[in-house]
Amino acid sequence: MTERRLSGRVRLGLSLSGLIVLFALWQAAVKSRLVPPGILPAPSELWPAWMAEISGGFWQQSILDSLSHYATGLLAGSVLGTSAGLVCGSVPVIDAASGGIVRMLRPIPGLAWVPFAILWFGLNNAGATFVIAISVFWINFYAAWGAVKAVDRDLYEVAAAFGHRGFFSRLSCVTLPAAMPGLLAGLRTGLGQGWMSVVAAELFGVPGIGARMMQASSLLATDVVVVYMLTMAALYALTDFLFGLVRDRLLRWQG
Amino acid sequence: MSLVHIEDAGLSHDGGESFVFRHVTLALESGQFVAVLGPSGAGKSTLLRVVMGLVPPTEGRVTLTAPAHRDGTRGTALVFQDARLMPWRSVRKNVELGLEGLGIPAPERHARAERVLKLVGLTAEAGRWPRQLSGGQRQRAGVARALVTDPELLLMDEPFGALDAITRAGLQQELLEIWRETRKTVLFVTHDVEEAILMADRIVVLSGRPAAVRADIMVGARPRDPSSAEMRALTSELRRLIAEP
Repeated sequence: MTERRLSGRVRLGLSLSGLIVLFALWQAAVKSRLVPPGILPAPSELWPAWMAEISGGFWQQSILDSLSHYATGLLAGSVLGTSAGLVCGSVPVIDAASGGIVRMLRPIPGLAWVPFAILWFGLNNAGATFVIAISVFWINFYAAWGAVKAVDRDLYEVAAAFGHRGFFSRLSCVTLPAAMPGLLAGLRTGLGQGWMSVVAAELFGVPGIGARMMQASSLLATDVVVVYMLTMAALYALTDFLFGLVRDRLLRWQG
Repeated sequence: MSLVHIEDAGLSHDGGESFVFRHVTLALESGQFVAVLGPSGAGKSTLLRVVMGLVPPTEGRVTLTAPAHRDGTRGTALVFQDARLMPWRSVRKNVELGLEGLGIPAPERHARAERVLKLVGLTAEAGRWPRQLSGGQRQRAGVARALVTDPELLLMDEPFGALDAITRAGLQQELLEIWRETRKTVLFVTHDVEEAILMADRIVVLSGRPAAVRADIMVGARPRDPSSAEMRALTSELRRLIAEP
């Protein structure tokens, strides 16, 4: 079968109609009592719930709180993870020395660090930021490590032949630009992972979208829970879209 | 005056058990076009990298006697077989690679890049990405990147080996013209006997591994007519030398 290339407008249209169909089926399932009452709010109930959250000021405040955790956690995790991955990928001694530590820490999920986040940072923004940073760190670490390993060795010889020989010279002349597609793929995955960990990070009571969701769910206010789920989805879509623009600009050379 | 002295040079990757090349002694005269011919895998490319200083020889010495150090130039520059442009740099930026780190201000870098791009006929392609070029254009960009540093010694590693016959013939002529104008010393590795005869003043034939100089032949006056009796005799003589065990 030949793959047909769809234009951007057609793809956007299809994507929106997929969402509309989902919401329509959802509405029909709840209203026709196909789904037992009380376990799932109908889409039509979300609007009033959302308006109530906005008029109370909770929605705006939660977004601002979460955005600040998200942005600082994402920044710290991405910068540290990418740098560590770059160093381990390009210096064999450090790579070997850190191999055991990496394998020990890697499988521990961000959520498992919550008790320590509370102990070390307290019930505050720093604690939430720490949990987000940890989950983003590993994604960027492996993306950077893999991207450095995949750099075409021959290009180092080219760089050396034209006078770029020191570690930092090689890094800026070859490693960073050659690894850029991989680094950006890691950053993009981290962008999504960061939002996922916002809930975990705020679970223990630091205010934000996650905390607000936990409050609502303890009151069985499922409509409010869904409002914040969709809010998070929209924030993710926005950050991913903006990142896509930057990425396309940086990788023009790939065409 | 000789520019490069290779004295009894050898290279071993395993501490002296086996050699890529050994007992190679050569002196290259300034302005000479020298072709290095040999069977594939004989270590011709490795010899170039040793002359370039990318790999130190494990035996003997390689000395490059540049007449006087000139600012803003490099002693040697290398043209690779597969162009090896950096895909994230525009053609112009690729050409400027060797000028970075020489302390040359950006406007002068641009001007020098423009000049060599004109020389190889790539003025219109200066702003394009390497992926947008044909194989022949990429190779021209590789030649421009080497020439822009105004090297004493231009090292070429089978630069036209991967191109189709027509493109190759065109680039051979262009390179000869550039050489006539600039009078660079050229060390040109090839496995193509006709190419060596067409281009070089002097042909050095290497034996198989470990490579050593098997023959060192001066070629007669230019322009060369490959169909003349003299050139045909030289061709079969070189073929015989390469095929010898």
